[in-house]
Amino acid sequence: MSGAIEARLRQQLGTFELSVDLQWPDSGVTVLFGPSGCGKTTLLRCVAGLQRAQGRLVVGGETWQDDAQGVFVPPHRRPIGYVFQDANLFPHLDVRRNLEFGLRRTPPAMRRIGWEQALQLLGIGELLGRLPGGLSGGERQRVAMARALLCSPRLLLMDEPLAALDAPRKKEILPYLERLHRELTLPVLYVSHAADEVARLADHLVVMAAGRALASGPIGAILARLDLPIRLGDEAGVVLQGKVGARDDFWHLARIELDAGSLWVRDAGLAPGAAARVRVLARDVSIACREPVGSSISNILPAVVEDFGDDEHPALVLVRLRCGSQSLLARLTRRSRHELELVPGMAVLAQIKAVALLS
Amino acid sequence: MTLTHDDWSAIRLSLQLAILTTLLLLLLGTPLAWWLARTGSRWKSPIATLIAMPIVLPPTVLGFYLLLLLGANGPLGRLTQALGLGLLPFTFPGLLLASMLYSLPFVVQPVQNAFEAIGAGPLDAAATLRAGPWDRFVHVALPLARPGLLTGAVLVFAHTIGEFGIVLMIGGNIPERTRVVSVLIYNHVEALEYGPAQALAALLVGFTFVALLALHMLGRRKATDR
Repeated sequence: MSGAIEARLRQQLGTFELSVDLQWPDSGVTVLFGPSGCGKTTLLRCVAGLQRAQGRLVVGGETWQDDAQGVFVPPHRRPIGYVFQDANLFPHLDVRRNLEFGLRRTPPAMRRIGWEQALQLLGIGELLGRLPGGLSGGERQRVAMARALLCSPRLLLMDEPLAALDAPRKKEILPYLERLHRELTLPVLYVSHAADEVARLADHLVVMAAGRALASGPIGAILARLDLPIRLGDEAGVVLQGKVGARDDFWHLARIELDAGSLWVRDAGLAPGAAARVRVLARDVSIACREPVGSSISNILPAVVEDFGDDEHPALVLVRLRCGSQSLLARLTRRSRHELELVPGMAVLAQIKAVALLS
Repeated sequence: MTLTHDDWSAIRLSLQLAILTTLLLLLLGTPLAWWLARTGSRWKSPIATLIAMPIVLPPTVLGFYLLLLLGANGPLGRLTQALGLGLLPFTFPGLLLASMLYSLPFVVQPVQNAFEAIGAGPLDAAATLRAGPWDRFVHVALPLARPGLLTGAVLVFAHTIGEFGIVLMIGGNIPERTRVVSVLIYNHVEALEYGPAQALAALLVGFTFVALLALHMLGRRKATDR
């Protein structure tokens, strides 16, 4: 489960051209992010082999496509699981037989995910006798995920599995996705145009537009880039990853340990030691040159000024700060930057007014 | 009114012809419909048009050309003779061949529509669930196209029972071999034997009603399945 996935693919579809030369880790969740029509689903379908572009695709050392050598592994011979946007359950089969469809076609020696495990992971034990037509959108999507998992894929492909669902259904599914992410060491390639899904799920992010990949890298680094049009719900911001440290039961707070310090967040009942991910928006970060006195802000991290970028209003500037191994964005007025005499390389304190715990 | 030996033999022949035509057309028409539903070939339209022509052409025209083609001097007639099959006109196999040609659109079109209605979704899903092309056809496409296959089968069966023009052209009117019910009714009427004609005609009316009723009910079941 180590190594990389390399895709060098090109396809002309009318006036649209997909052309990517990408590498991403063969582990964790990689999100293909971009607006509708940017080619992210086409790329996913090419990885599955459902669509054929020209080029080369190598997954963890196995060549799935190489036109130079005339290699093209058809989709049914690729060890993938695919979750479609609209579930695509077989309407003539009940839930049990939908689930068995892929399982029965997976040689026993290759099975790593068991029947009970899949049912329990997605909470669909009660649905086995039902027909897809009688399921809600959220139930259908959970069955589709279990069906894909029961093929014991070595790479799970997900095409906007939440896009067809309304907000409450989305909230119902997201925890299952996070559980999947936590409990299975299964690389996932996930297509999305929703910033909240990116913030909660992505380890690695590929930003796409008009058939090209604009950037590809770890989520923290990509979100902190000043030159990319990616926003977490209309706002520039970053995602920091850390571990749950001590919990303060009296004040209902939990401490998230980062390599550069720690942040207090509202206690959401996570166990100490668990991996945690927090979102920090640029507008909630201010910069101080000295330890502030008598401030209500208790989350203060030492940081180093790295770079500046334009914000949407000429009065404002985005500052990228290095905070241990991770990055933060802060939004200041240009006047503040001038008064604080901020320059790259300068050591400062980042004061963080609000932190959202994501998982 | 009791049916005579001749009547029974015509009924048996009609059923035999209809059953064989239906089975063989399902076997041949289904792959053809699958190809038409999936292909992007430029031959799709001409071939679909050719298949649809028996719907529009008078059966006598179709029968006439078949007679010429299969006759002793026709190219197909020469071929069947060279293969040691003899001449097909005025034999049961010849009648079967003509029936199949005549009813081909009645199986191809509903089945093709049913395949097209499935869309790419379930077949893509099956491909990602490790099902190869044949597996997808048998376990996904065929079960999902079941209503279309049933419609096609009922239409072909009923249509073959009722055909007359093409039977007369290619099969003639030979007792025990090519004289089917519809031809026998014509014989009875020609001979002014209205009683037997009526009995057989009523049988066909009743049969057609039952067949169409079955079709209608299958269609309704399909609608409530979804």
